Amino acid sequence: MSQKKVFVSGDEAVALGARLARPHVVAAYPITPQTIVVERISEMVEDGSFNTEFMHVESEHSAISAVMGASAVGARTFTATSSQGLAYMAEGLHYASGGRFPVVMMNANRSLALPWSIFGDLRDSLSLLDSGWIQVYVENAQEALDMTIQAYKIAEHKNVLTPFMVNLDGFILTHTYEEIHLPEQEKVDQFLPAFETPNKMSPEEPKNLGFSTSPEDNMEFKYQQHKAMMDSMEIIKQTDKEFGELFGRYYHDVLEEYKTEDAKAVLITVGSVTGTARVVVDLMREQGKKVGLIKLRYLRPFPKEELKEAVKHAEVIGVLDKDISFGYEGTIYTNVRSVLSELSGIRSVNFVGGMGGRDISKTDIGYMFDSMLNPQTTEKQKNVEFINMGVLTDE
Amino acid sequence: MNRPTITKYNRPEHIRDYPTGTNYQAGHLVDKNAGWRTFRPVIDKETCVNCLVCYLVCPDGVIFKSEDKVDIDYDFCKGCGVCANECNVDAIKMEKEVK
Repeated sequence: MSQKKVFVSGDEAVALGARLARPHVVAAYPITPQTIVVERISEMVEDGSFNTEFMHVESEHSAISAVMGASAVGARTFTATSSQGLAYMAEGLHYASGGRFPVVMMNANRSLALPWSIFGDLRDSLSLLDSGWIQVYVENAQEALDMTIQAYKIAEHKNVLTPFMVNLDGFILTHTYEEIHLPEQEKVDQFLPAFETPNKMSPEEPKNLGFSTSPEDNMEFKYQQHKAMMDSMEIIKQTDKEFGELFGRYYHDVLEEYKTEDAKAVLITVGSVTGTARVVVDLMREQGKKVGLIKLRYLRPFPKEELKEAVKHAEVIGVLDKDISFGYEGTIYTNVRSVLSELSGIRSVNFVGGMGGRDISKTDIGYMFDSMLNPQTTEKQKNVEFINMGVLTDE
Repeated sequence: MNRPTITKYNRPEHIRDYPTGTNYQAGHLVDKNAGWRTFRPVIDKETCVNCLVCYLVCPDGVIFKSEDKVDIDYDFCKGCGVCANECNVDAIKMEKEVK
């Protein structure tokens, strides 16, 4: 591989990935910690290296509306946001998936107010898990760039035609610098075919876009959306393979297993915390503890069969959620537990932590594995445990 | 009269016969749409001077030029009364619908 190496932040990696994918239209509104994506794209458009129509919009609601309109008539589009901005886009997210407009968006995962916080957790994108978007979560800047490119191939596939959200942990990924490999433009062009919209229209063939339906027809459109999302699983795997063959980097499809073969306790993570967890698994393996790790990459479509296969020999599964669905449990845990219900005899526990930018340390992850492995402590253990609370509670 | 025509809606037999997403040929009208009208505009053709203000201001485009000045397509008129309000010669009266 003769790919050029660059030293960039996660945000910059996304901007470079977007440029390589050659979208016709970009519309985005700056918000911390996504701002640098917008700044870099502005600079690239200014210096002529990124040939796109960059629409300076007045809000995130306008950003999603603008890219949706462009996508509806066959343009390749890109937008990026975070947290409150994503929440402000919420109406448009459902609109885009219902219209089957394959918009690609980067979301910098950040806490939702109140309390106001610019720091990271997953409550923003997880609260929109049902918006009909494909959701991938990346671990580092290289994966962020690569997934920005892969996103178009998957989203625009004729059997998918579903918008795609690339999620990066705010600050931990968006603002830290890494050396990454920059794919060659010619190869990206070869990898990404032109987007063919089913909405093509002309004066000879006028169309009505974005119509309403009566109850007699509405559910059929929702069924199609669901089917397309389920079918995207195969396209995701194909795309990972094709990307790997061309660029030399594979991402293990929908989830990545780490030392799970003989693991008694398996921790499930999403995003950048996986890196820390991998180190902890190595350390604990040296001490002879049978621990393993699953990095969940896609949360929609949810990799049900793949996860079932990956956890079936484990005794206990822990799910680390950087979110809480108030009144129940972590959202990722709910999704995982639905898979575990089809397997018998696997205990499970939910660790909720890292919210509002709180660090998740090696010690925290070591504690999670230890409490999973020791039934004495798990007996007292709550199903949902907030880790690393700064104060005592009544529980 | 160039008015929209109602096309018979043939329910798809299979899910694949639905469009992918909300796109379809333009002007495919499957039903009338005036069911909630409580007052209907009625034009007094004697008073009407054919100035076409109503034709211009109708938000639903249901007032059309006809051989006898202008007429109203009651299949799509919602009875908003903008035409009656804007008429310069008071030629349009809103009359309660009798159901």
